[in-house]
Amino acid sequence: MSRPPLPTAAVPATPEPPAARDPWTPTPYQVARVRRDTADTFTLWLRPQDGGPAMAFLPGQFNMLYAFGVGEAAISVSGDAHRREVLQHTIRNVGSVTGQLARLGRGDSLLVRGPFGRPWPIAELSGRDVVVVAGGIGLAPLRPVLLHLLRHRRQYGRVALVYGARTPADLLFAPDLARLAQRGGVQVEVTVDHADGDWHGDVGLVTGLLGRLKLAPERTAALVCGPEIMMHYVRLELGKRGVADSQIYLTMERNMKCAIGHCGHCQLGPKFICKDGPVFTFAELSGLFGRKEL
Amino acid sequence: MMSPPAPQDFEEILAVLAHHPFFAGLSVPEREELASCAVRREFPAGQPIIHEGEPARGFYALVHGKVAIQLNVPVRGRVTLQTIADGEVLGWSWMTPGAQWSFDARTQQPTVALEFDGPAVLKLCEAEPRLGYRLMTRLSHVMAERLHATRVQLLDIYGVPRP
Amino acid sequence: MAMYGPESALSEEAAAPRCLAAADLEQLFRALRERGLRVLGPTVRDQAVVLAELTSAAELPRGVGDVQAPGSYRLRERGDGAYFGFNAGPHTFKQHLFPAREPLLTIRRRDRAQVVEPAPLPRERWALLGVKACDLAAIDVQDRVFTPTADAGFTDPRYQARREHAFLIVTECTQAAATCFCVSMGTGPAARGGFDLALTEVLTDAAHFFLCRAGSPAGAELLAALPTTPADSAQLHSAAAAVAPAARQQRAIDTGGIKEALYAAVNHPRWEDVATRCLSCSNCTLVCPTCFCSATQDSADLAATQAERTRRWDSCFNLDHSYLHGGPVRGAVAARYRQWLTHKLASWIDQFGTSGCVGCGRCITFCPVGIDITKECAALRTPTAQATP
Repeated sequence: MSRPPLPTAAVPATPEPPAARDPWTPTPYQVARVRRDTADTFTLWLRPQDGGPAMAFLPGQFNMLYAFGVGEAAISVSGDAHRREVLQHTIRNVGSVTGQLARLGRGDSLLVRGPFGRPWPIAELSGRDVVVVAGGIGLAPLRPVLLHLLRHRRQYGRVALVYGARTPADLLFAPDLARLAQRGGVQVEVTVDHADGDWHGDVGLVTGLLGRLKLAPERTAALVCGPEIMMHYVRLELGKRGVADSQIYLTMERNMKCAIGHCGHCQLGPKFICKDGPVFTFAELSGLFGRKEL
Repeated sequence: MMSPPAPQDFEEILAVLAHHPFFAGLSVPEREELASCAVRREFPAGQPIIHEGEPARGFYALVHGKVAIQLNVPVRGRVTLQTIADGEVLGWSWMTPGAQWSFDARTQQPTVALEFDGPAVLKLCEAEPRLGYRLMTRLSHVMAERLHATRVQLLDIYGVPRP
Repeated sequence: MAMYGPESALSEEAAAPRCLAAADLEQLFRALRERGLRVLGPTVRDQAVVLAELTSAAELPRGVGDVQAPGSYRLRERGDGAYFGFNAGPHTFKQHLFPAREPLLTIRRRDRAQVVEPAPLPRERWALLGVKACDLAAIDVQDRVFTPTADAGFTDPRYQARREHAFLIVTECTQAAATCFCVSMGTGPAARGGFDLALTEVLTDAAHFFLCRAGSPAGAELLAALPTTPADSAQLHSAAAAVAPAARQQRAIDTGGIKEALYAAVNHPRWEDVATRCLSCSNCTLVCPTCFCSATQDSADLAATQAERTRRWDSCFNLDHSYLHGGPVRGAVAARYRQWLTHKLASWIDQFGTSGCVGCGRCITFCPVGIDITKECAALRTPTAQATP
């Protein structure tokens, strides 16, 4: 059964390469708003210190956020790529840099360098069924592409979001999930690793939820973000359902210092996560993903 | 021991077995024999259906709804470890005569399930080893999947990274 | 100063080789000084031939040679007056183009705003004297990392500035150390192009001179200011004869299909074997002229009003190089050695289009336990029953 070809989904404007003159130089931003999301995760809304629109970015890209005197951390943009008033980042407090960022309040200054990285393949998704699988903080880098899918819903076929977190208290972006399910025509399935007795949702692995999706594998593209072991199991499960490695996109993480392919830290085999990625297909990472201590 | 199902329920149960993934691949006579060991149950949301420590006398094949496997942990209270949904199977302690349930189970939504009489099924398996073998194979698969899921949940992959 | 260009940009006259008497070598220093260039070149210090700022030919390691072996480096008296009769020492020109410590930014806090001051771009002009063919190849390798073509990656503006302000003076090797293998890597011993000036030292009973070749308009301009004579055929012949011994090398890497071979060796038992010897001391990455890993260091003053960011050399042998989510991805030494060697000889080709290794042999000489990259590579290329990827 064939469908008439759908017009290519509009993508946000391609951003200018960061500081072409000196990619090490960050831009000062100011915190417009802070929201505490969970016990260890928070969201910052940033505006350029000198006024003007926030940087353009593509869904899946990241910035280097600088904590004064401490260092930089690579954080994906979690906001709407079509909107330029603010720059949004959702950050998990796990170390010295993110710990400092967690102490920022409204009006504080923050240096931002970016955007960097290969984004989610928005153009390639046009006209297809899209399965988005997120684990934990992994929902944050996927949020911009979900917002894009919502904005241009008719350009895509079936869209599903499968999201797993540690406990109900760790679930992010609850209003967005509701909007996707109720107004976005998106099948939203949520699960946690364990819960108190008053949680009436699912408890178990995201791979279990994949069984609830009706998949037409030849038409399906999957976008996956979460801990590596979770992405590993998701790929196996999608593979069992007939989705090819070349159609499953993931976002990889490695130690990053420069984000410009010069410091050597983020290498996975010959790939620089910061510039060849962080978005890859499993096919591109064949022989690299899951390789012990590579 | 449960009484066998009434005739009109029997046809309905047979129809369910024909589509339930756990029983896929069984022959019609095999399904008929199993159907004679089952009753259709309907539970409202929030209904406890299994109690830890009680004799494990059967198992459930979920048709529609959601059941939470829970443990009561002192101070923490009731903790949900896993949820089971449509097309899945719940319970295998019954395979050992005299065994007890090792967890609580409570429905999270209005749920329809087939409740199987454990001793009756065991007797059936003794009499029909071939059916018994096929049933046990399927149950082993369910247990393997549950064990795998439990192991991965144990890893706490979304937890705080530990050095 | 314009960057060097291909020899074909020179007129036939400018490109013609000329001879400079060894006694006139000091004139080279004079001419460089007159053009506002400082000189970084070889000199003896702490029982090694190192790179330092030179002001005169008298500071060159005249009559000094070296004896190298895995884990061993000793200077020796040559018994002659050769100015450049030594092989690769512990220093490389990456110390100049890609300094071990490079200030990047100063950030000042004013009220609740931050003001960023990038470190100024380097403007000093330097002559790099004593660039061997392997060093020249290494500079090209690092050029591809830090100044790639526009769509291939980002340019490091400070590396680019230093590179543009560098005047490269090649001195061709007249002997090979036991650890050299530039021939098998296709990088030497002859320097083919990409320099401003190339000197080949000829020292016989009858004569001591330098055959000089200009490799760029800047090199030709400088050469024209030196007291040289056109090289005759006998002199050209002597120069070729002087370089010939450098091509007789004891070590080699088989580079045929090396990328595929090393990618396939990901589970080779040799990694565990070398890990019993490797101290992960990172000496090899320090002396390697192409290694480019770096880390950023951030600090702030006590009042937290001013912060600095510096870039420093790092090494994939350091345990925290691959730190992620609470621990290193590459914890075992075997994994780190595998990362280094596979990157250097294989992944580099996919990343930058050339090998990362120029065959200078420094990693062999300066490894405290004498691990030999050529031997490890040969062993890894040998398939074993256990090595299934």
